[in-house]
Amino acid sequence: MLRWIRQQLGFDPPHQSDTRTVYVANRFPQHGHYIPQRFADNRIISSKYTVWNFVPKNLFEQFRRIANFYFLIIFLVQLMIDTPTSPVTSGLPLFFVITVTAIKQGYEDWLRHKADNEVNGAPVFVVRSGCLVQTRSKNIRVGDIVRVAKDETFPADLALLSSDRVDGTCHITTASLDGETNLKTHFSVPETSVCQSVSQLEALQAVVECHQPEADLYRFVGRITVTQHGEEIVRPLGPENLLLRGARLKNTKEIFGVAVYTGMESKMALNYKCKSQKRSAVEKSMNTFLLIYLGILLSEAVLSTILKYAWQAEDKWDEPFYNQKTEQEKNSSSILKFISDFLAFLVLYNFIIPISLYVTVEMQKFLGSFFIGWDLDLYHEESDQKAQVNTSDLNEELGQVEYVFTDKTGTLTENEMRFQECSINGVKYREVNGKLVPEGLTEDSPDGSTAHLMGEEVLFLQAVSLCHTVQISYDQADCLVGGDPFSHANGFSSSSMEYYASSPDEKALVEAAKRIGVAFTGRNGETMEIKTFGKCEKYKLLHVLEFDPNRRRMSVILQTPSGGKLLFTKGAESAILPFSSSGEIEKTRLHVDEFALKGMRTLVVACRHFSPEEYIDVDKRLTAARTALQQREERLQEAFSHIERDLQLLGATAVEDKLQDKVQETIEALRLAGIKVWVLTGDKHETAVSVSLSCGHFHRTMNILELLQQRSDNECAEQLRRLARRIKDDHVIQHGLVVDGASLSLALREHEKLFMEVCKNCSAVLCCRMAPLQKAKVVRLLKTSPEKPITLAVGDGANDVGMIQEAHVGIGIMGKEGRQAVRNSDYAIARFKFLAKLLLVHGHFYYIRIATLVQYFFYKNVCFITPQFLYQFFCLFSQQTLYDSVYLTLYNICFTSLPILVYSLFEQLVHPHVLQSKPGLYRDISRNSLLSFRTFLYWTLLGFCHAFVFFFGSYILMGEDTTLMGNGQILRANRQLMFGNWTFGTLVFTVMVVTVTLKLALETHFWTWMNHFVTWGSIAFYFIFSLFYGGIIWPFLHTQDMYFVFVQLLSSGSAWFAIIIMVITCLFPDVVKKVIYRHMLPTSTQKSQSLPAPQTQALSCMESLCCYQHGQSGCSRLAGLLEQMSGRCTASVNNCHASSRNNRSWSDTETFYSNDRSILTLSPIESTHC
Amino acid sequence: MVKEEEDSSNRPDNTAFTQQRLPAWQPILSAGIVIPGFVLIGLAFIGIGVGLFLTSRDIQVLEMDYTGADGSSPCSVCYNLADKNCVCTMSFSIDSLIKGPVFFYYGLTNYFQNQRRYGVSRDDKQLYGDTSNFASPNSECAPYQYISNVPIVPCGSVANSMFNDTFELFKNVNGQSLPVPLDGKGIAWWTDYNVKFQNPNVTPLINAFNGTVRPPFWSKNVYELDTTDASNNGFINQDFLVWMRRAALPDFRKLYRRITDGDYSAGLPAGNYSLKIHYNYPVNGFGGKKKVVFSNVSWMGGKNEFLGIAYLVIGSLCVVMSVVMLIVYAKFKFPEDN
Repeated sequence: MLRWIRQQLGFDPPHQSDTRTVYVANRFPQHGHYIPQRFADNRIISSKYTVWNFVPKNLFEQFRRIANFYFLIIFLVQLMIDTPTSPVTSGLPLFFVITVTAIKQGYEDWLRHKADNEVNGAPVFVVRSGCLVQTRSKNIRVGDIVRVAKDETFPADLALLSSDRVDGTCHITTASLDGETNLKTHFSVPETSVCQSVSQLEALQAVVECHQPEADLYRFVGRITVTQHGEEIVRPLGPENLLLRGARLKNTKEIFGVAVYTGMESKMALNYKCKSQKRSAVEKSMNTFLLIYLGILLSEAVLSTILKYAWQAEDKWDEPFYNQKTEQEKNSSSILKFISDFLAFLVLYNFIIPISLYVTVEMQKFLGSFFIGWDLDLYHEESDQKAQVNTSDLNEELGQVEYVFTDKTGTLTENEMRFQECSINGVKYREVNGKLVPEGLTEDSPDGSTAHLMGEEVLFLQAVSLCHTVQISYDQADCLVGGDPFSHANGFSSSSMEYYASSPDEKALVEAAKRIGVAFTGRNGETMEIKTFGKCEKYKLLHVLEFDPNRRRMSVILQTPSGGKLLFTKGAESAILPFSSSGEIEKTRLHVDEFALKGMRTLVVACRHFSPEEYIDVDKRLTAARTALQQREERLQEAFSHIERDLQLLGATAVEDKLQDKVQETIEALRLAGIKVWVLTGDKHETAVSVSLSCGHFHRTMNILELLQQRSDNECAEQLRRLARRIKDDHVIQHGLVVDGASLSLALREHEKLFMEVCKNCSAVLCCRMAPLQKAKVVRLLKTSPEKPITLAVGDGANDVGMIQEAHVGIGIMGKEGRQAVRNSDYAIARFKFLAKLLLVHGHFYYIRIATLVQYFFYKNVCFITPQFLYQFFCLFSQQTLYDSVYLTLYNICFTSLPILVYSLFEQLVHPHVLQSKPGLYRDISRNSLLSFRTFLYWTLLGFCHAFVFFFGSYILMGEDTTLMGNGQILRANRQLMFGNWTFGTLVFTVMVVTVTLKLALETHFWTWMNHFVTWGSIAFYFIFSLFYGGIIWPFLHTQDMYFVFVQLLSSGSAWFAIIIMVITCLFPDVVKKVIYRHMLPTSTQKSQSLPAPQTQALSCMESLCCYQHGQSGCSRLAGLLEQMSGRCTASVNNCHASSRNNRSWSDTETFYSNDRSILTLSPIESTHC
Repeated sequence: MVKEEEDSSNRPDNTAFTQQRLPAWQPILSAGIVIPGFVLIGLAFIGIGVGLFLTSRDIQVLEMDYTGADGSSPCSVCYNLADKNCVCTMSFSIDSLIKGPVFFYYGLTNYFQNQRRYGVSRDDKQLYGDTSNFASPNSECAPYQYISNVPIVPCGSVANSMFNDTFELFKNVNGQSLPVPLDGKGIAWWTDYNVKFQNPNVTPLINAFNGTVRPPFWSKNVYELDTTDASNNGFINQDFLVWMRRAALPDFRKLYRRITDGDYSAGLPAGNYSLKIHYNYPVNGFGGKKKVVFSNVSWMGGKNEFLGIAYLVIGSLCVVMSVVMLIVYAKFKFPEDN
């Protein structure tokens, strides 16, 4: 559908065929049946408008909103028929609203244009007419030959033609596309790979045929036809020939490629879903409320019309002598009159739909979102990045999040692995300044350390530096050309050498081994070369026993320089220790457990020496298994397990996948706030689980369920049922679920319900091996589940873009993997830890602000229009307005607009530090609680009640029109004047403006000078304006209804008394209600309000984990909180511990809090009390 | 060096405003603050209420219906307006002095001066003395805009339907009827009289109305409303001004005269009175009632016991609620709970 529209609009050329033909360098055939094809240019467009279509498109977009459209209709009705108010009364506010919104949207689109221009204007080199031309990225056309230099990203999807290497290969990293950081080798076809210079390329005559653009990153089917010496050579092209836009060239000086997919047709762009308009839950309930009000409006109008005609049935009301009808009125058809009467009532009551609601909400969101960028707590010192708001439409959604989906690499972790410790032969070592220091020794002798390394230690290091699949990239690619890459591999210029590995652990290990002195310097065909303390050693690589998740280990079989055959194996301790026959097995096991408890990722290293006979047997078995035609897998497994036994245990390594700062605390805080955290990662299952454990997502006490490697539907369903049963049987322990991508897609295809059931009962879910689109799918699954939870996705790479766009709120982490995630996110932050403040503080603020804003708007418009409705009962339903037109127009845009706007920008129910230290407060506002139907009903009824007080109060107090108008002027006696209908209306209006403003004042908890200014200023402005407006005969108005009305009103003493009593009558029940609720059923938010704002000690306390527990304990023991805050951290934490242990007798029914139990240190009573 | 400058440029300002740390007053509506406030307000309101109530009770009101819809009324002969210039007389007695100044109102019920079409049917420019609108009155005035193409001045329904009963009050002393002087000055809004309504600047006034016709309901031309007093004639006739200020509700009173002069400055003394009514205004068509009211006023206006009662009720409610809150406060002592 969308594509069809885009095609019609000319964004996409129509696709006539399944394939596209790309003429390299755009050398079209001179003869034959050449049909010119239109391809998209290389512009990336994320903006919505252009200068030309801004006005019509924006107007169209704005009038799609029901409220705006409704006001347009009202305006048109006013233009067409005789209505009680002039078209200006609704035209002016509408114009105001539309203009403000257009300015805001225009500004936002301008920002997007700027970002687009930055991308589209990036310089690229293109081969044109025989020379290399620098141009802008957006100018690349399909068929252009593009040159890309090392470390640059590809500006379009290119078919690789040639590289500076002889074999025409190049290395790329697709980290920003799928998050994989390892180097991938891409190839060119031999016919083109020889064209390494511009002039050779110029002579190249080739045609690429490939399928039309599609989103799958790993699929590319095409062929290239090279014409050489009049002869056509056809070669197939596959994904290994395609360089994707967004990927980065590594390790290769330069490449040439022909652009096949450009701009919005590149695979990267196709993987971005089109920017869908995200709507927040608040906006949805706002629309519901609007519809309800529309219903109220319609029923009021219908009722009024019917009553009018019922009344008019009697002739004496229809046409009394004093109010004769004109000829025209007498003659017009009754149906037409009925309709026009109905429309007139609609116009009269239309103000019940708050016109300025949308514009105020937009201004609030737009202005309010600046606070996120301004927040110093969200500013990351090291990278000099502050939080960034890409769309302000979702501010309040930050306060509603129920599920957080987070990427792992780069989001939870720094994307930096560090080797920390190891255990060799039963002795623990730490790495200090590039040296291994045995445990117990604090200070190592400066130079003696290397000499002390014994045989086992060296062997261990050799194992580490040989048993891996790491590749090397050299910074200066020309060194490679120079032929001897190893010349740079000495300790001094090691910085020029970079390791690339699919597993960051391997990379860290190899790097560590290099630092300590055993450097892996290169792989040259069958030989691996290492430098052991400066001594070059060449090992012949005989066999690689690849890693597989069942065995959970990998091995290499090498021939040592001395000719011996040696097996090194490395893997999870459970995969190696049982097969070890020698070495310090028990000690190592202890050490491994110790490392793991510290949250480090452990691997165990072992070796086995083969005697020549043994090796021959091994070799035979392996070769047989590998060449087996049947049951190859099983036979390989058999061979592997035969080989990998009788191992000699060398030791264990501990790598810290450096978590980002305070990830654990953040996840903890999110949990306490009632948010479920799911980790979605493209990583391997083991890596994912270990990170999950180390960041506190999984706990060691958790029962970890696995849904892995499901191959068939039935198997998957069976496993799911098993898991569900296990959860049921064992509901005291928390469960964590690990799913991998393949099983997930099976589970989602057929057993969605069952899967959801299992997921919901797990306190932590980890999905590994996820493709980008799968991540988005998981998010969508949760999003569309019956409860419709609010989801938030956070990620840093282009592979997270899908889920970032799919989730209700998408957060980009400004990490190392490019800025795609940031660009496509709704909010971008520098570090994961900022999420806590973003949600708990900003989300809370925005939510309460906007929720009150919405409710208040409906309330104040009910107050506004109900008296007008009631007045119809006293004026024969003649559509007489109660208030003057100017008051009707200005009520919403002047008299009552600013206090609520300022409120909605500055209100803080609870101090931010308290909010952050007590994540439980987040639950108070979860599930859109402040906009529930109950609160909506409360505000609406309150509006009606107040309106009745205004109207009937004034009605009774006015008596027969003369009673209130005391003595005319207060001090001049002897006058007793007419009140008149306008004075009556003004009295009602005055009471209303004062009451409505003071009602907001009652709601305001955070009175800055601005609140004071606008609140009292609004009332003062109303009085001053009225005096001014009534004080002048306005030459351009044809009635002077309001002339001196206001002064006359205020000059009466009893009118003042009337105003005061009506205002107090309206407000005092509200105050009573608030006080009684506050004391009888205080919410935890209210409880924490009475806490004094935490002082600086609390702030510093915040820095540590203990503070979170504090906040929690404070929840139940308010009295103790202050003392706890101001010191005695450890003591109270211990208390906390103790109490949590003692009270672990939770009931099974409170499933909602099941999350919290996953945290050892959290006391369950608190969570239930909060 | 350059980088450092960039650093500082990206760092958000550390000001109270940007960090949402503006100094703020954070009141909490807890019982401790509200109870004393309520007691104070309650007591004050009770005080005001008592004052208002007593004042209002002192106001004397004498109200008489003269519609004549039922046969017993002396004006029933005039009810159907069979005869033009019908006059009827109502006699009444006052038991005790109505303290002055006494205000004399006429009242109408079921009369919807607040109908929209009725209300807009006027031409404020005409009434402002703008003679250009004499020739072509505001189209809203229809059907009282033209009579066979001659413009009506003042045009429109409101002016056309002006109340035209007149009253004379006599005190019966020893069988003689002594007229009570009625003051018709200053019964309209000062601003209406002086600014909003103006006669055209033409002398004699009658010349301004050449080529116009009076409203069909009227028996006199607008420039003949008060031929004795130029400052009460034409558009600035006080009765006309009073009528032109539309009543808000269908049952209303309008001030007719004040009784302030001569012997009656202290009020209407006890005795027998007769009210001579020139009955012209038809109300039988819409079932309305006509009445006259004699009333005095207090410093806070006419008789209105409701205001005092409202203050008393709300004041006592405040006190009662503060007691309730006190009980709640004692029972659920928060936040000092454990």
